[in-house]
Amino acid sequence: MNPELIRNLHDLLPQIQGYIYPNEIEIHWGLLIVVYPYITGVVAGAFILASLVKVFNVTEVQPLYRLSLLTALAYLLVAPMALVSHLGHPGRFYEILLTPNTSSAMAMFGFVYAWYLMGVLLLEIWFVHRTDMIEWAEHETGVMRFIHRTLALYSRDTGEVAVSFDHKALKVITIVGIPSAFLLHGYVGFIFGSIKANPWWSSVLIPIVFLFSAIVSGIALVILLYMILTPLTGGKISMRCVDKAVDFLFYAVIVDFSLELVDFIHRVYQSEEEIKILSEMVMSKLFASLIIIQVLLGMLVPLLLISLTKIFKKRFHLNEDLRKMVYFVAVILIQFGIFATRWNVVIGGQMFSKSFRGLTTYKMEFGGLEGLLYAIFLLALPIIILAVLTKILPPWKEMHGQPASESAEAAGS
Amino acid sequence: MNGRRTFLRGFLSVLLSGGAIGGILKILPSKADAREAPPKGQKWYGFGVSVDKCIGCARCMDACKTENNVPREPFFFRTWVERYIIRKNGATTVKAIEPNVEPSPETASDKSILRSFFVPKLCNQCASPACVQVCPVGATFQTKDGVVLVNEKTCIGCRYCIQACPYGARYLHPVTHTADKCTFCYHRISQGLLPACVEVCPTQARIFGDLNAAASPMSRFLRMNKIHVLKPGLNTEPKVYYASLDGEVR
Ligand code: SF4
Ligand code: SF4
Repeated sequence: MNPELIRNLHDLLPQIQGYIYPNEIEIHWGLLIVVYPYITGVVAGAFILASLVKVFNVTEVQPLYRLSLLTALAYLLVAPMALVSHLGHPGRFYEILLTPNTSSAMAMFGFVYAWYLMGVLLLEIWFVHRTDMIEWAEHETGVMRFIHRTLALYSRDTGEVAVSFDHKALKVITIVGIPSAFLLHGYVGFIFGSIKANPWWSSVLIPIVFLFSAIVSGIALVILLYMILTPLTGGKISMRCVDKAVDFLFYAVIVDFSLELVDFIHRVYQSEEEIKILSEMVMSKLFASLIIIQVLLGMLVPLLLISLTKIFKKRFHLNEDLRKMVYFVAVILIQFGIFATRWNVVIGGQMFSKSFRGLTTYKMEFGGLEGLLYAIFLLALPIIILAVLTKILPPWKEMHGQPASESAEAAGS
Repeated sequence: MNGRRTFLRGFLSVLLSGGAIGGILKILPSKADAREAPPKGQKWYGFGVSVDKCIGCARCMDACKTENNVPREPFFFRTWVERYIIRKNGATTVKAIEPNVEPSPETASDKSILRSFFVPKLCNQCASPACVQVCPVGATFQTKDGVVLVNEKTCIGCRYCIQACPYGARYLHPVTHTADKCTFCYHRISQGLLPACVEVCPTQARIFGDLNAAASPMSRFLRMNKIHVLKPGLNTEPKVYYASLDGEVR
């Protein structure tokens, strides 16, 4: 038996308000399960940003294209770690793949994930970088040459036919990729939304809300990375690109906000059995994370900031640095807001009793697999992976606004 | 080229939508009163609780923990008993009674109390169990005789079933790290014995038996009482039947 768990639960006993079923004291899905939808959200969002370039031909955000693909990959690689480490028996994880129960939403995870990783993301990244890798390998020696040769799967053909095939393949992959990204994250929403026992989760809107908050977090994160990395690598931030990306971000936040507002109004107006306990929870346990961080700081303030740059267009356009700073603050706030959104869904859904008569509390651990340290590690890991990825497949040229290679230029047009 | 593409597109969409509609038709229940009928000629276990008979002595809770090696800490229960006190001003207080602590007889003297009673709770062994639906590896399953069990050799401890159960019947066993809950004492009933809690209940507030049997304490219980189940709106079709259940109980 785990004495720390028992001690923790004993500490929680006096903090229970009202009545909860005795088995409900333990919050079963903790911080790791908050991290998981946050991470897959970034994946889906970053990919959709990349698709803007390829499918919708938004050439302004071309500098973000490769960066967002690599970001999506870096985060995708970490997503299953959060899931597997929270299991009671991590070593039995493969059972989900070997004997999946077809009626279980969670059982599909392995397949959705594998499809997205191998069928979409890796393929797209490969086709984007194929000719570059061949070119790079020609001017390199040693390990890097070997890496690029191998990653290019020893293809050497940079002829016109091959390149135009690359482009065609990319188009197809992206077109397939958009619904796949929707699937990836909408599906994560469905894991929660399909639980009829839990009125906080059980809503048809949840997958869609997840999707839009995913788009928000992905775009915001890529903008943030772009604004930090470009000066660091000796480039100049293209405001044309950032303006456009922030435009999309702005609309995504508005849609996300409206969806959540609709959900909220709907619940309050229908005012079903659970409304009392849910509002009690929102006003007490979730007040800081939901009202203050998610809604106020994570949505309304960024919306206001971005609107200001639009309303006082002249003033802000004269002063690029000011605009940069406003954007910078907005995208950081949005990141915190989206993380709080995940927190409120996952933890909030377990803080009220299914008897609708009481509330419990979540006590975060510090060490251990469910603890804060490990969660921070998981949140930092994608950045480290991204650093490695950019060593192998440098996106800098494109980010600095120079054509990464002839093929990329052709692809962008 | 274009003609072929249009044709293909049309063909595919017909194929897909046809398949989808067929699938949906299969999933949807065909009748409004459709219910999982107990399979004929086979045992189909159910449980009865006479709310009026329960005196809150907690012997069932104790017997269950002993019989099934449930950890003694007050966070893990296969069965528990709730005490309801409903006051004249409409306020309801609920408490799970603690074993070995005599419930205080406050009801006798307190004039503000309208009514008060005990409600034993356990896994409802639902006929359409939400927990079985969501288990990603099929470790939670329903036996032929209608009991929902967890295979602790294959359970991966994802706790999805714990989230999906509307009744708080499940917990994660702190030793095995797998999901656990009431089994109707499957090891006992498959040998013709009664579940431990039914055996020790001094007032026969708990009744157990085969719902298919023509004459048994269980079928008598269902014949002689007005019956209710917990949270019927969720369509889990519980097989723990309550007699004289108060509307305040959730
Ligand atoms: S009461 Fe809960 S654990 Fe028991 S069968 Fe129903 S859903 Fe499953
Ligand atoms: S905890 Fe075990 S029994 Fe419950 S859903 Fe997960 S694998 Fe299935």
